[in-house]
Amino acid sequence: MAEELAKTANNSTTEKTAPRRATDMPLLRIEGVTKRFGNFTAVNELSLDIRAGEFFALLGPSGCGKTTLLRMLAGFETPEEGRILLAGRDIAQVMPHERPVNMMFQNYALFPHLSVRDNIAFGLRRAGMARGEIAARVAEMVALVKLEGMEKRKPDQLSGGQRQRVALARSLARRPQMLLLDEPLAALDKKLRESTQAELMELQRRLGMTFIIVTHDQEEAMTMASRIGVMDAGRLAQVATPRDLYEAPASRWVAEFVGDVNLFEGQVISREQGRLKVTTREAGIITVAEPRQSVMKEIVTVAIRPEKIKLSRRGLASGADALQAINRFEGEVAEINYLGGLTAYRIRLDNGAVVRSVMANTARLDADGYGSSERVAVWFTPDDGVVLEQ
Amino acid sequence: MSTRRIFARPARYAAIAPYLWMALFFLVPFGFVLKISLSQTAIAQPPYTPVFDLGEGWAAFKAAFEQLSLENFRLLLSDNLYILSYLRSLVVAATSTLILLVIGYPIAYGMARLPQRWQGIAMTLVIVPFWTSFLIRIYAWINILQHDGLLNRILLALHLVPGPVVWLSTDTAMYIGIVYSYLPFMILPLYATLAKMDRTLLEAAEDLGASARKAFWLVTFPLSLPGVWAGVLLCFIPIVGEFVIPDLLAGSNSLMIGQTLWLEFFTNKDWPVASAVAIALLLLLVPPLVLYDRLQRRQVEGRR
Repeated sequence: MAEELAKTANNSTTEKTAPRRATDMPLLRIEGVTKRFGNFTAVNELSLDIRAGEFFALLGPSGCGKTTLLRMLAGFETPEEGRILLAGRDIAQVMPHERPVNMMFQNYALFPHLSVRDNIAFGLRRAGMARGEIAARVAEMVALVKLEGMEKRKPDQLSGGQRQRVALARSLARRPQMLLLDEPLAALDKKLRESTQAELMELQRRLGMTFIIVTHDQEEAMTMASRIGVMDAGRLAQVATPRDLYEAPASRWVAEFVGDVNLFEGQVISREQGRLKVTTREAGIITVAEPRQSVMKEIVTVAIRPEKIKLSRRGLASGADALQAINRFEGEVAEINYLGGLTAYRIRLDNGAVVRSVMANTARLDADGYGSSERVAVWFTPDDGVVLEQ
Repeated sequence: MSTRRIFARPARYAAIAPYLWMALFFLVPFGFVLKISLSQTAIAQPPYTPVFDLGEGWAAFKAAFEQLSLENFRLLLSDNLYILSYLRSLVVAATSTLILLVIGYPIAYGMARLPQRWQGIAMTLVIVPFWTSFLIRIYAWINILQHDGLLNRILLALHLVPGPVVWLSTDTAMYIGIVYSYLPFMILPLYATLAKMDRTLLEAAEDLGASARKAFWLVTFPLSLPGVWAGVLLCFIPIVGEFVIPDLLAGSNSLMIGQTLWLEFFTNKDWPVASAVAIALLLLLVPPLVLYDRLQRRQVEGRR
């Protein structure tokens, strides 16, 4: 059933892209789109390509314009400038009810006066589908989201999780070329959210449909999306896979927004054998691997993720040895936060800076843990530092 | 547990208050009217018989009780004056309510769509006429609708009519008066339901392929039905018993039941028949009230 659905979804895509080969052109191309509300620019000259079959996440703090962008894709907002090409056709000015795109709303927006069946059938009826076909499609959708037996219930007779499924079934029923999801899991509790994430990913994979999800939850974006666009103040700060976003952030802002990070600002003093030496106020001289694109600026920021900062008791040496070692500093444990699977430490270095380090609690008994005020050595390899120019 | 008990007791007493009110100001007077409706006219003070007087002993009381009859109700059914009055009342009430709904719905819808800060102002504008006495406003309409009144002068100035139109003492004047007076009662419940409606539902409808007009009929209107019912009953029921507006603005060739009742009571001095008219009117209005109650209960249950 799902395979059949997937096939149809693909068919409709290829139909619409007939003049050009699907490989030539992304399913969705956003070109220099700008949207203003009065004096406030919600989306600022934003361009983005999304290929068919992608699970794309728009991630950003509230007010960054991600929801506005999604609403422009759905047709609820019209851009002042730019084009939105869906399978080659500019849909920027097309009314929402005439777009081959569907949206799953944050609060689900289920029609309270209609049963589960009628909610799912709503879009099919508008499309003028034959009665028998509607019944078959509704049954298929109900099975897809595992709501058999609930067809006659009204939305207020369903749990939060069930409502979420109805909303999903309703938005998928028309087999849109692209499904937009606005914070689809925000209203669910943590456990349910995790299982629903897995179900959504499985569904997307089986249907081969293009999903664009808006979320402020980076863990959710990391888990589900194949690519993430991080938005800040109406622009895309970076578009990358979850791994690249975390391990190779494009800017200081992205590094700080996605996950936890230690940042050291300093001046480049030497470039030797693919290594960069940076002298920082907080941590003295840091040696990092030179990034692929050569560093142009003199003042840079070195970003190191907390789990890449290791602690040890050994190597607490004095004098010459310590000075020779690369990226090795001494300090004392200022704060310990036990988080279950991990322990987060804050180490106050001898030259005043505070660095964060996260260690996995790999053994049940706390034999290796560091105590408060204990003197430790802090170190990291040159490859674990990322040089940021902005 | 203990806090619950502390608050439960006064709350329980407070719950009696509306019943006490109803008993004192509705049930007791209703009992009087019911009794009079079962009595006969008499040239006496009070103008009906029998009169219960507990001072004359149990036997006299029993004798008086046996004199009560349904004679007056039989009269209501036999004389088509009453039946026609009832029918006219129902027709006038139904027609006015329909006009009120057709005019009131767009106004309420427009109000609910206004920016938040304008909604309060619009609401005040709807309520402002209540600051003037109802009777004075109806007299103002007489002034507007009379032969050389404001309406005729405007129509003549615009050359829309060849000569002055007769408005007063017509059904049109009556409908104008009724619609004008009851409009707030239609708008307010409609506005209340429309204003609290979730606008993303309309976006969802459009997203699923419904045009704005389709979305209105498939989503907004069905969801506003509780407000529609509230407005309809809030207007229909009092209009059925309306007396002042038809008396002042309509002609005298056909009467609404309120006017008939007034005539029986004040002109004919026939208190028993007047009472019977009142009781019959009440019985006539019970079915729509029960219907409303059931609709509302279904609404509440549906929300659970």
